[in-house]
Amino acid sequence: MSVPSGMPATTTPTATPAPPPASVSQLSRQRVRSAWLFLLPTLVVLGMVAGWPLLRTFWFAFTNANLSNPEPPQFIGLENFATVWDDPDWWQSVRNTFFFTGISVTLETVLGMMIALTLNTRFRGRGVLRAAVLVPWAIPTVVSARMWGWMFHDVYGVINAMFLHLGFIDAPIAWTADPRLSMAAVIAVDVWKTTPFMTLLLLAALQMLPDELYEAAKLDGAGPIRVFFKVTLPLIRGPMLVAIIFRVLDAMRVFDLFYVLTTNSSESMSMAVYARQQMFEFQELGLGAAAASMLFAVIAMFTVVYLVLGRSAVEEAA
Amino acid sequence: MRNVLKGLAVATAVVVPTLAVAETVAISCGTVGQEFEQCKLGAEAWAKKSGHQVKLVSGPTDASEQLTMFQQQLSAGASDIDVYRVDVVWPGLLGAHFIDLKPYVSEDVLKQHFPAIVENNTVGGKLVAMPWFTDAGLLYYRKDLLEKHKQKPPTTWQELAEVAKTVQDAERKAGNDKMQGFVFQAKAAETLTCNALEWIDSFRGGTIISDDGKVTINNPKAVEALKTAASWIGTISPQGVLNYEEEGARGVFQSGNAVFMRNWPYAWALANAPDSPVKGKVAVMALPKGGTDGKSTGTLGGWQLAVSKYSKNPAVAADLVKYLTSAEEQKRRAIVASFNPTIASLYKDEEVLKVNPFYTSLLETFTNAVARPSKVTGAKYSRVSAEFRNAVHAVLSKTGKPEDKLKALQKKLESLGRGGKW
Repeated sequence: MSVPSGMPATTTPTATPAPPPASVSQLSRQRVRSAWLFLLPTLVVLGMVAGWPLLRTFWFAFTNANLSNPEPPQFIGLENFATVWDDPDWWQSVRNTFFFTGISVTLETVLGMMIALTLNTRFRGRGVLRAAVLVPWAIPTVVSARMWGWMFHDVYGVINAMFLHLGFIDAPIAWTADPRLSMAAVIAVDVWKTTPFMTLLLLAALQMLPDELYEAAKLDGAGPIRVFFKVTLPLIRGPMLVAIIFRVLDAMRVFDLFYVLTTNSSESMSMAVYARQQMFEFQELGLGAAAASMLFAVIAMFTVVYLVLGRSAVEEAA
Repeated sequence: MRNVLKGLAVATAVVVPTLAVAETVAISCGTVGQEFEQCKLGAEAWAKKSGHQVKLVSGPTDASEQLTMFQQQLSAGASDIDVYRVDVVWPGLLGAHFIDLKPYVSEDVLKQHFPAIVENNTVGGKLVAMPWFTDAGLLYYRKDLLEKHKQKPPTTWQELAEVAKTVQDAERKAGNDKMQGFVFQAKAAETLTCNALEWIDSFRGGTIISDDGKVTINNPKAVEALKTAASWIGTISPQGVLNYEEEGARGVFQSGNAVFMRNWPYAWALANAPDSPVKGKVAVMALPKGGTDGKSTGTLGGWQLAVSKYSKNPAVAADLVKYLTSAEEQKRRAIVASFNPTIASLYKDEEVLKVNPFYTSLLETFTNAVARPSKVTGAKYSRVSAEFRNAVHAVLSKTGKPEDKLKALQKKLESLGRGGKW
């Protein structure tokens, strides 16, 4: 980003070195070899815990694999994908997931930015506050979902008690029962839980910015809002994009929040919950694998978009 | 000397084979209400008697979640669990993974159990599970509140709605603002399938799918039943029932905040436990009819015990099953925790009736009980159940009209059932 436009001419030679003499080539070959050797354990482990299950899932997606059928699965081509594609419940889960992702990531980015900016200023107790902000992030999602489930309870939940006391509502609300309300509940819990993550990444980016820039801006007489939009935001755009894409990818495969907090009816499912139901509840391993593969494809698509966007952002800056 | 000792050891092993090895078997226990505790007590009594050891495995309260867990275990051929607790709708689904218990249970013992359940648990001539306790939906009500407001126990759902509304409104006016008229189980889980089937059957709207495999759900009686149920939400039932399971409903009823509750028999012992706020104020009856020409019904539930084919000690595990399903243990469980025996003679047992006076009327409920269409749909049952309860849940949360939802459901189930050849 900060590479001056004149630099590439001088940096090119190091990037593509001229054919080296034979002795050097042997040394570098040796280096490459040892590099691979050091990487090997990681690659093997990665292949076992990530690659193999992924490939198996892809394979199952093209078969009639069924949990209650002990015979080996048979290849059936694209049938599973067609079935999932034609299932309105799948599209409902896609809509739910996208809606959830859009709203929660937006809220998390805005809130995270506000908190990060606050924590970035110097005041007493900043260290303690910074640690405290992280608490929701440290609690396992299932635990926080269950905890919020009780807080949202319609008859003895603390949220209804609070709202009733404050006069916001005049009758208790069943937050997790109605599909429309449970979406709001799930988003609220997700925002509560992952805003700290956003804050942390944005704070790290903010702390990299040199003070001189702000001093210069101050001298030029720019107000805080102008400074934010003209100086801060453009400078942390890269890290912010990374943070957002991380959250988007994470939110797309949301499972536990929906599973614990909602009624699990087809109207309030996320894509991952849909895949799980096909796979285990209905024993349709093949169908579930197809749904999981489609979820994977959606996530991969976002990653590609991010990579393209990220590259153009870099080029723009350069 | 060493040889002599060795010889002695061998001789002992031959003469007293039971002393030779103390095996450990693992059993999965339920976690609803007192189930885990009673399962533990029974299993430990057996361990003491047999000299073996027993390991308890607990699981999720939701039956379909537990099925998921079991299915993963069984399809992987895992030997971690020897004895599985099996829902009445699972034998067809999981039967292939269980051993035949016939060699371990004598014909006489088997004859004591309700024949319908034994038949349900027999898959392809194999007795894959032993009946442990049986269930049917019941109506619990607060007899003190009904007396106080001069109301009679209802015989139809319409009457129930009226009585519930009257009592609820009067109680709320008197400052009891948490009072609810009727709580039941409407979370989109297996339990909603049970509840909804009861409504539909009580209106004589059939059993979703008939015994010969035809989809029958889209009929005017079923529409009427669902319309009735949907009208309760927000009037006599809290919106929250849409996310209640058994324990959610019991929590509200047992803390004294509901007039009526639909639940399984296990709730009786808990509602009358010494620390229960509603102790002595509760009565039980059959579920109401759907209109005067409807019928009283209840969805047949209940749990069986099965031994995994992958168990390392099938014989010992079968012995545990035999003990837990015996008349003696079933009687103990009926007395301390109101688990309904599967042995008919226990319904006439004085000691059992003293604690559970409602058992006499229950026998009738059991004969009228409606079974979920698990036998005819076989391996596809969980799919059928999910489609059904999702449609019902949509009607209850008022995101769809019963007419439309049942029409769509009919079509979906028909394509799932390939013209009745499940």
